[in-house]
Amino acid sequence: MTAWMEAALAAGWRPGEPDPALRESYLYDRTVIAEIQRAAREGIYDIRGFGAKRKLPHFDDLLFLGASMSRYPLEGYRERCDTTVTLGARFAKRPLELKIPVTIAGMSFGALSGPAKEALGRGASEVGTCTTTGDGGMTPEERGHSTQLVYQLLPSRYGMNPDDLRKADAIEVVVGQGAKPGGGGMLLGHKISDRVAKMRDLPKGIDQRSACRHPDWTGPDDLEIKIGELREITDWQKPIFVKVGAARPYYDVQLAVKAGADVVVVDGMQGGTAATQDVFIEHVGIPTLAAVRQAVDALQELDMHRTVQLVVSGGIRTGADVAKALALGADAVSIGVAAMIALGDNAPEHEQGYRKLGSAAGFYDDWQAGRDPAGISTQEPELAALFDPIAGGHRLANYLRVLTLECQTLARANGKSHVHNLDADDLVALTIEAAAMARVPLAGTDWIPGPGAF
Amino acid sequence: MSVAERETVDLATTPLRELNQRLHDLAGDAHGPRRWRITNPNGTHAVACGLDAELEVEIDGHVGYYCAGMNKTAIVRVHGNAGPGVAENMMSGRVEIDGDASQYAGATAHGGLLVVHGNTSSRCGISMKGVDICVRGDIGHLSAFMAQTGRLLVCGDAGEALGDSMYEARIYVRGEVAGLGADCIEKEMRPKHLADVAELIEQAGFDGVRPEEFRRYGSARQLYTFKIDNAGAY
Amino acid sequence: MCGIVGLFAKSPEIERDLGRHVAAMLGQMSDRGPDSAGVAIYREPVAAGFSKLVLQHPDLAHDWESLAADLGRMFGGEPSLERRGNHAVLVVAAEAAETEPFVRAHHPEVRVMSAGSVIEIYKETGRPEAFIEQFALAELSGTHALGHTRMATESKVTTEGSHPFSTGLDLCLVHNGSLSNHGPLRRLLQRRGIEFQSLNDTEVAAGYLTWRMREGADLRTAMEGCLEDLDGFYTFAVGSAEGFAVLRDPIACKPAVMAENDDWVAMASEYRAIAVLPGASTARSWEPSPATVYAWERERVA
Repeated sequence: MTAWMEAALAAGWRPGEPDPALRESYLYDRTVIAEIQRAAREGIYDIRGFGAKRKLPHFDDLLFLGASMSRYPLEGYRERCDTTVTLGARFAKRPLELKIPVTIAGMSFGALSGPAKEALGRGASEVGTCTTTGDGGMTPEERGHSTQLVYQLLPSRYGMNPDDLRKADAIEVVVGQGAKPGGGGMLLGHKISDRVAKMRDLPKGIDQRSACRHPDWTGPDDLEIKIGELREITDWQKPIFVKVGAARPYYDVQLAVKAGADVVVVDGMQGGTAATQDVFIEHVGIPTLAAVRQAVDALQELDMHRTVQLVVSGGIRTGADVAKALALGADAVSIGVAAMIALGDNAPEHEQGYRKLGSAAGFYDDWQAGRDPAGISTQEPELAALFDPIAGGHRLANYLRVLTLECQTLARANGKSHVHNLDADDLVALTIEAAAMARVPLAGTDWIPGPGAF
Repeated sequence: MSVAERETVDLATTPLRELNQRLHDLAGDAHGPRRWRITNPNGTHAVACGLDAELEVEIDGHVGYYCAGMNKTAIVRVHGNAGPGVAENMMSGRVEIDGDASQYAGATAHGGLLVVHGNTSSRCGISMKGVDICVRGDIGHLSAFMAQTGRLLVCGDAGEALGDSMYEARIYVRGEVAGLGADCIEKEMRPKHLADVAELIEQAGFDGVRPEEFRRYGSARQLYTFKIDNAGAY
Repeated sequence: MCGIVGLFAKSPEIERDLGRHVAAMLGQMSDRGPDSAGVAIYREPVAAGFSKLVLQHPDLAHDWESLAADLGRMFGGEPSLERRGNHAVLVVAAEAAETEPFVRAHHPEVRVMSAGSVIEIYKETGRPEAFIEQFALAELSGTHALGHTRMATESKVTTEGSHPFSTGLDLCLVHNGSLSNHGPLRRLLQRRGIEFQSLNDTEVAAGYLTWRMREGADLRTAMEGCLEDLDGFYTFAVGSAEGFAVLRDPIACKPAVMAENDDWVAMASEYRAIAVLPGASTARSWEPSPATVYAWERERVA
């Protein structure tokens, strides 16, 4: 029961259809009104989890062409459609070999519960892909349950140490993330439990303040030297990823390549977070659809496409999203929010729990509060205990299999024996925005909006 | 130990990769020389980084960025100056710089001791997580920015914005502080702090300074949870 | 992002070998600047009433003789012509205030790299090692020089986007960092009559200094103006006929190292570029403080 509802009920309103004679404002609708009044009450910006909730041009605005008289499909099952991906062959002695082109994005222990991290490791390992640590360091459980683990180097450096660096299968230098390009990690006091506090060297129960820049380098020229150090410490064994939030992906990808990255990860503005300001989530960064195109252009111009791999994240939900990202030139995609949902976040069975928090299944985004009835985005032991990591791991593995099968289905329908052979020529767009952002023609035409195209 | 008993590597003729690999191969119970001398570093980056054995490494000359980065248990001494990020993320051991150190000295380090006999430039001890840092000279601006735990001892002066947004680290300064950062205040020196300083001075091997000459700085703890009145500090 | 180097000779030996030393310094900076390289070297001052122009054309076989003849017809005398890579150094019997606009107006096919009485700017895309060879940098002597290796951040890798940027007669600027308000500042400067050849943020800083000095500020005041009017991260090195100056922004994240001994004063983004100089290991070295202009001028050192 929200404060709004209580006050309205007391004043005589009853739930149901609003009176049609009432006209809601587009600019100041009930959601905006509630937010303005919340701000007036609390005096602080709204902090929440999840990703951008507003409608944006996305992969749904693209369609595959499929097979026809001129292009022939592959038979399912017998005629192979490969899904393997190698990440990091540019410099590393031991690149990552993945069985599917979908990885699990960085999410911290602290933002997520221990059992949730364990489930991610189990599920990813079951289908032969990797997980990624987050802003808090590597837990023994995650290293134990993930056959392939990417270790993040973030501005905060919480928990960073050379032993974990050497135990990792790859290292990801995080410059930013799609939900908040330019913002640092955030974890509120309620989730800074004893264990989290110890891992992060923070006092228990305080609100973690975040650095938004790395402490010991600024700029791609100094990043190059930093990457050199990481390679020296790990004897050049492990691939080095560089992750950016989608701001200027054309320049950022070129700079990451020049700084020596083996893999670049581009996280579109729809990318999720466990906690950050709503204004940051909704109003900064460019959509994933636009980011992929720019990133691939950058790699092709440097003649580095497929030599430096591109991983794309931010709103990947279905095998269609996976296939379209690959068709635009990505080598793999990464999932965060979708992985949490596969584990059980926002599932209808937790409806009662969400209602008690003033939310509802399908709407719950207060991941920063750490009271998740699903036991996923919480540090409270009783809640975390409700989450079964083995069952959760199976659910994730199932979901990853479906993403892969769906991607293969689309690839076969376009005559491809490897999902990497999907190509932008196999795509058409449904809207002008999507056509311009992805540089794909409007369906039924050969028109791509852009400079000089009008 | 005489000079002859040190394994000597000349970086003018030996690739850095070869040097670091030989040092890394000594991790754990591996057999090999414990004492090393590195000559002609000439500003090379990442010299003796990622050490994980009880080695003693002497470096004759100036090093570039990230010397002794992520050091564990080793003792590294630079007879010269160090570039940015010396001993960054050190876990244990001792890193000693005879000359000056550049920015980010001891950044995010978790343990061990970093001694600088000269001055450091900006952001000394940024985000420190348990290391002890002792500087005989001055430190630059924004030092101990977001410093979490550990101790920073400065015999000279400190630049602007000292200890901005810091958590529970302890800062001791003997000279002038140009300015304090957000939420950093001067605190009382009690017997346990004097003992702290005495211990640090002794570990660092500094002459001519006494604990009574130092003042203590730390977090006012007003930014630990958000309060509307502090909105201006954000 | 980039690497910058600066060298100011205090002894005749360093002057004689200036180009060789700057080449060695630039070579150390190629990792952090692989896209293009450039040098501004101050040497062989022309006589009073003369000016020195350095021009560029992409074609190595360009007919510079005709251009030189054209300048001779306009200004009298026989302009001297020296080719260096795809650049040409011309000494003309008139002030730069006349010769430079003449070339811009009558020879738009060439680029003006520098103009003045003593400065020579050479810059080109490609790896620094190739640049050093192309321009035979090692054979040049001079009193002081600034060099730059570029890693392009938000603009294209082109010749006109390379540093050093010429901000005015005998003036140049090199930059390591990234400005965040260069768009609005460029438009403001354009309205004040400053012209730009690229969308490069550094060119805006160079234009800003030109504008301030055109309006009467001296170099030091103009550089201090940067602290107010430019937003972003920067280490700047500015060259003038007399010497050079260094400035870091107040946040001072981009690196800068300086060193000095009896024979030279040097500046670089990384110490290893200074380490190649004779006597570097015993030179006094320090880091410039943020928001402070450091300047060295030839009048001060005998």
